[in-house]
Amino acid sequence: MYKKKQHIMPKWAGILLLLAIVGFSFSPHLLPIVAAADTAMDAQAIAERIQPVGKVRLLGKPEPVIEEKIPDTLSHENQEQELIPAPKLTRSDYPNIGVSSRSVVWLIAQLHLFFAAFVLAVPLFVLVIELIGFKTGDWRFDDMAHEFMKISLSAYSITALFGGTLAFALFLLYPQFMAYMMRVFNTQTLIYAALFFAESALLYIYYYGWNAMRYGDAKWVHLTIGLLLNVVGTTLLVVANSWASFTMAPSGVNEMGAITGNIWEIMKGPLWNPLNLHRFIANIAFGGAIVGAYAAYKFLSAKTQAEKAHYDWMGYTSNFIAILAFLPLPFAGYWLMAEIYAYSQQMGITAMGGILAWLFVVQAVLIGTILLAGNYYLWSGMSRTQGSERYTWLIKYIAFVLVVGFLIWVTPHTLILSPAEVATLGGSHHHLLGPLGIMPAKNIAVNLMLIFTFLSFQLYRRSDKIITVPWAKAGNALIVAIYVVAIVNVIFAGVYYGYFTNTVYKVGSSVIQVMSTLMVIISCVVIDTFMFKGAKILPSHWGKVSDRSQYALFALPIAFTWLMALMGYVRSSVRTHWHVYTVMKDNSPENYIPAIGHAGNMITIATLLFLVIILFIFWLASLSSTKQAPPVEQTATGGA
Amino acid sequence: MPVLVKVLGFSLALTLGFTLVTNLLPQIEGEAPVEKTLDISAFTEESFIALGEELFKGNGTCTLCHNNMGRAPDIPVMNMVETSQERLADNRYKGEAKDAESYLRESMLNPGIYVVKGYGKKGSNDTQSPMPIVDKAPIQLSDIEIDAVIAYMQAKDGNLVTVALPTAEAASPPAKAEKTVQQATPTIAQNAEQAITQYGCTACHSLLEIESPVGPDLRDVGTRLDTEEIRQSILEPNAVIAEGYFPMMPSDFAERMRVKELEMIVQYLAEQSGE
Repeated sequence: MYKKKQHIMPKWAGILLLLAIVGFSFSPHLLPIVAAADTAMDAQAIAERIQPVGKVRLLGKPEPVIEEKIPDTLSHENQEQELIPAPKLTRSDYPNIGVSSRSVVWLIAQLHLFFAAFVLAVPLFVLVIELIGFKTGDWRFDDMAHEFMKISLSAYSITALFGGTLAFALFLLYPQFMAYMMRVFNTQTLIYAALFFAESALLYIYYYGWNAMRYGDAKWVHLTIGLLLNVVGTTLLVVANSWASFTMAPSGVNEMGAITGNIWEIMKGPLWNPLNLHRFIANIAFGGAIVGAYAAYKFLSAKTQAEKAHYDWMGYTSNFIAILAFLPLPFAGYWLMAEIYAYSQQMGITAMGGILAWLFVVQAVLIGTILLAGNYYLWSGMSRTQGSERYTWLIKYIAFVLVVGFLIWVTPHTLILSPAEVATLGGSHHHLLGPLGIMPAKNIAVNLMLIFTFLSFQLYRRSDKIITVPWAKAGNALIVAIYVVAIVNVIFAGVYYGYFTNTVYKVGSSVIQVMSTLMVIISCVVIDTFMFKGAKILPSHWGKVSDRSQYALFALPIAFTWLMALMGYVRSSVRTHWHVYTVMKDNSPENYIPAIGHAGNMITIATLLFLVIILFIFWLASLSSTKQAPPVEQTATGGA
Repeated sequence: MPVLVKVLGFSLALTLGFTLVTNLLPQIEGEAPVEKTLDISAFTEESFIALGEELFKGNGTCTLCHNNMGRAPDIPVMNMVETSQERLADNRYKGEAKDAESYLRESMLNPGIYVVKGYGKKGSNDTQSPMPIVDKAPIQLSDIEIDAVIAYMQAKDGNLVTVALPTAEAASPPAKAEKTVQQATPTIAQNAEQAITQYGCTACHSLLEIESPVGPDLRDVGTRLDTEEIRQSILEPNAVIAEGYFPMMPSDFAERMRVKELEMIVQYLAEQSGE
């Protein structure tokens, strides 16, 4: 009973805090501020404002009055309403607390997002693992799923606490922006809060009811609760995503930021669904990586062989989840970037070809780390079974492709050079390395890295099986043919379209490459499924992996966490000097895109804070299962 | 060594490794566009063109796409006046522009009216342009700024700048704002004769039935120099000194004259054949 209280109290405190904030946002004290900002158009106010940034104004002339245009498509009902534009802010609209407002919000938001991603992702794969355990009757899966939830539960209250703190920070430091967002999203924010209630209730019932609903029909009830938990959790995710996507590509408002559509029109902006898909998949990969680190930590701390075997198996499963979710992630990212380009070519180029372009070199380092760590872990894991000897000769070739792919990916296109260096190079670009710096070369590299990572997976899955179907040779030949065709296709599409056609086709070629990679993954999974029927299973010796392999399981979450924060920096920066792109300018002192080094420092601070708190959560999870030995009572007969 | 310490050390080393990479890369900040207040009386052709170039490469964000990466026509290396004439003659052109200036303006304000082959939105078969409308957010160029960009595009390849420099009248917002306009500029000359008189050309040159031996006789200058040379002689008078004369012509006309005035004078002089 006491333990339950320990979990519940901080969570409810977080929820109440959030509700208080939502309530505060509707406070009559805030609303007049908005009204004042919107309507105070007198000369004095205009004189006090700085001009909209970047606009040339004639000396001695007032700012031109822009007439509000009401789109023809507006309903009669809406036309009758007063259209209030987004506030135009001056420097004095931003409170100064003595430290960088952006840095404060950046850190808190990032930590909130890390924990939110984790707690929303874990129940997704826990439900699947629980179902597998139930259907196969292997209760190890059920225990593992329960243990995953234990870690997630402690993180849930921390998510709520960071969420509440973030809301306070935003209302304190960016009051006008938040007031505008509240006006736009209106009662949707209350629905979000209500969903938080539902999420909390379902989460606690799901976790604490685990053993009470473990067998028979009761298990179906438990699984249903898990499903509802995920439905609510995913809804929370997409609702919060609508706030982020609105700031990037606003919809349901006119050119001046005045609300012209209903809440659904505001939410379903052009970037909402691409962002939903990208975050949904990324969260699963991230969550998998974090629980993998937990398993690795427990493996390294294990005292008995049984413990080592359990956590080795848990680590393998976590890595499987993380890498499986990670493989389609670049394609979801591709869709998001394509939609960004379709919405605003300018925004797309700011991300991919402007000052943020250097960041993709860092991204290459991070994804390279993830792929190398993921593959290394799989190769180490192959030592668990003797059947893996059939495939070990392939590892050096896979490693070669991964390393070459990684090096191509990190090759920059444009370098800042001194005149002497330009003379030595013979131009601004190296004659050999220059062509490797552009996207077609990188697309070839990343697709080949993904294909070969999948090959590692496939070999791992095959290493403990002896295939017995009569068409095994034909099946293997077909798989080899699929790999060869896909690899040729990826290279040909990249080289031909990338270097011998213009940009439009260059971009188009990546679709062919992505399809080739996906075809390998899908077709090989299907063929293997049929080939594994009736296969002879060789024994696997869980716990017989090296300690070194466990550090690969730590490298994954660190790189994932860092990568997530880096992509957040890009997503936010493409708005440039706008709070809400094209409708509400950011006139704060920090309305510029920070340099990559500064961003790197901020990301590292956020990542280290997250890691420290996560290690605390791991310790908490261990603490909850630790029992103190009862004191040995002193008997009356003792003593001299 | 305890596991916790090992794990923390490994995590810290890896994280700092990533941080190091970001700090080794070029450090560029994406500055927000800054406010710029211009005095209308200070506009000269050169400063107006310079403003256009600054906008083209800066706040206008034109070079994000118009570069040698192939995403949009590479304007910096194209002669946009000649290109405009070619586009106007194209059967696919359905706009209302009649000359290079109006074409360039139209392409910025209504980029979808003529999409250059191969540069349309993906899947639109070159019927939709991906180019943003430059007087709308996020670019939001004013009319004066658009004119400056056109002037830059005309001037960069030595073409005649046909865009008139902004005048107080043209820039005035309607109604109430008019009262606050300060006429800081002298009246703009309405014709070549007025401009020649205003800038005191006849103090040294024989012109407009006034004779002066100080500088070269300009009554037949059209037979000796073409328009480009005449323009250069006014804007950079010391570039070529006529034989037998001293380099004493003021060199600040580029800063004092308006585009319109300069062009009126150049055209007038080009027509002087001594007859």
